[in-house]
Amino acid sequence: MASSTLARRDAAVGYTMVAPAVLGALAFVVAPLVAVVWYSLHEWNVLANTFTFAGADNYERMLSDPGLRDSLLASLWFSVGLVVLNISLALVLAVLLNQRLPGTTTFRTFFFSPVVVSLVAWTIVWSFLLQADGGINGFLSLLGIEGPNWLRGETTAMISVIVVQVFKNVGLNMILFLAALQGVPEEVQEAARIDGAGAWRRFRSITLPLISPTVLLVSILTIVGSLEVFAQIAVLTGGGPGSSTTVLVYYLYQQAFRFNDFGYASAISVLLFVIVLVLTLVQWQTRKRWVFHEV
Amino acid sequence: MKSDVMPGPATLPGADGAAARPAASGPGGDGPDGTRRAPARRDRAARSRRRWGRWALVALLVVLSVPFVFPTWWMATSSLKPMSEILRAVPTPWPQDPSFAAYGEVFRLQPFAQQYWNSLYIAAVVTVGTILVSSMAGYAFARIRFRGANALFLLVLVGLLVPSEVTIVPLFRMVNALGLIDTHWPLVVIPVLGAPSVLATFIMRQFFLGLPGELEEAGRMDGLGRWGIFWRIAFPLSRSAISAVAIFTFLKSWNLYLEPIVYLSSKDRFTLPQALTQYVDAYGGPMWNVQLAATTLTVLPVLAVFLVAQKQFVQGLAHTGLK
Repeated sequence: MASSTLARRDAAVGYTMVAPAVLGALAFVVAPLVAVVWYSLHEWNVLANTFTFAGADNYERMLSDPGLRDSLLASLWFSVGLVVLNISLALVLAVLLNQRLPGTTTFRTFFFSPVVVSLVAWTIVWSFLLQADGGINGFLSLLGIEGPNWLRGETTAMISVIVVQVFKNVGLNMILFLAALQGVPEEVQEAARIDGAGAWRRFRSITLPLISPTVLLVSILTIVGSLEVFAQIAVLTGGGPGSSTTVLVYYLYQQAFRFNDFGYASAISVLLFVIVLVLTLVQWQTRKRWVFHEV
Repeated sequence: MKSDVMPGPATLPGADGAAARPAASGPGGDGPDGTRRAPARRDRAARSRRRWGRWALVALLVVLSVPFVFPTWWMATSSLKPMSEILRAVPTPWPQDPSFAAYGEVFRLQPFAQQYWNSLYIAAVVTVGTILVSSMAGYAFARIRFRGANALFLLVLVGLLVPSEVTIVPLFRMVNALGLIDTHWPLVVIPVLGAPSVLATFIMRQFFLGLPGELEEAGRMDGLGRWGIFWRIAFPLSRSAISAVAIFTFLKSWNLYLEPIVYLSSKDRFTLPQALTQYVDAYGGPMWNVQLAATTLTVLPVLAVFLVAQKQFVQGLAHTGLK
């Protein structure tokens, strides 16, 4: 009997300990999630103070809204560009840092340091560098090249936003790849070297297959992260020129807090949630299948 | 860091390493007398080629470092230049007449010290709060049996699936209904109890799962209850997990941008990221030197702490990448 009282008292402590997290999840995650779906079925203008049931109107509006289509395209370009650049650069950096070259620790510090720099601060410095008369064009002019007005052209603005984001966070992926590379057995490399395989061949046929689970996992994480890009867009381009860099989250912000259209913004939130949900489930699935993982 | 380690390396070296080593060092010394010299010379040529190759790689690393290091340096040096020098067509690599005038402006144009304090105290409170909430929940989910534990854990994990942007509209409504717009409450309470702290709970739970049961048994023998075991034994042992949680939680709060611009409207309540974008002249054009001075003040302390505690930072942030 004593042991069952003990177990009961133990359980009571357990409930108390998880209470803040569980109640927090209910109040600030589950309830808002339910609410956002409910709101998305309403016509709701904050300024006009109207809140009327509208069924699937907001979702129908999505189908014919060129602004939403543009923002989905912008998000797609941003995500694709970011993932390709980020993953390839992170791999190159990780491979270089794995060569036991002199100064490796210092270089690793350099590449990682932007990760700890405040995002808005980093973006402000780059927007300073990317001005028509900013540092980058200044140095280009020393080489006799006339640089474009980076943030005012549709293509160059998108490229700028991607590149700024890549340099900000590539250090994180680099570290994850470095850990994976250090798990590639030296002996396999050595055996291939003796068999006459060159460096590139060894990388392609041995290293890359062995670290591919990490590459896959990191790619999906980077895609999910890229969907949440907001501050960089707000500070660097304000979604422009035109709507060329108005990604989904920025469009959501505009609809909600510029145009006060909370109903439509809620529908966009639901869309964003579904996209992130699908990607995250894919990620968990692949991780379970591919990656040996312990935190 | 122990993440993403392939199962291989720890087990392999014993047998294979011993076999591989003589083969690798072989060609130079083992051949019969006649063939010994030529390979040695070839070896030397190959080695010098390899040495050049290595320096070429170092040079490549130097070039690649530029976009990572140059912005910070350019930020700090430009903050010491007057606007006239900043706007000059040909950039000056070093300020011709360094001046701290812009730093004075930073504090004159905005309550910058107050804003700095806001960011600092909010991030500190969020960090402490998150550590408490996540270590308690993580511990209970890992070590205590109670009915519904799995279901409750799954409920909490939903937070990992919800980007904060998705719930910003209903949360704004909730904050508004409670009359807490333009206060720091939503910036403290929501991160500690809501989605942002779930990753921390997850990491703490993973850590406590690996804690040897004997330690708790020993604590029980000494007459400690559950709370005692948690506070006196488990919590102090989880220092590495806590420092990881502390670092990424602090930086996340310090960097928060969407939430402050949605919730706050008075300048003296702004947080740093929000304040940095406010240094514009009467025509909306940025006052670069002042803005960069404020940015420098924001960035350098964190960079300095990073340089001192690099290992913890890298480990701590690698966790966020792996959620």
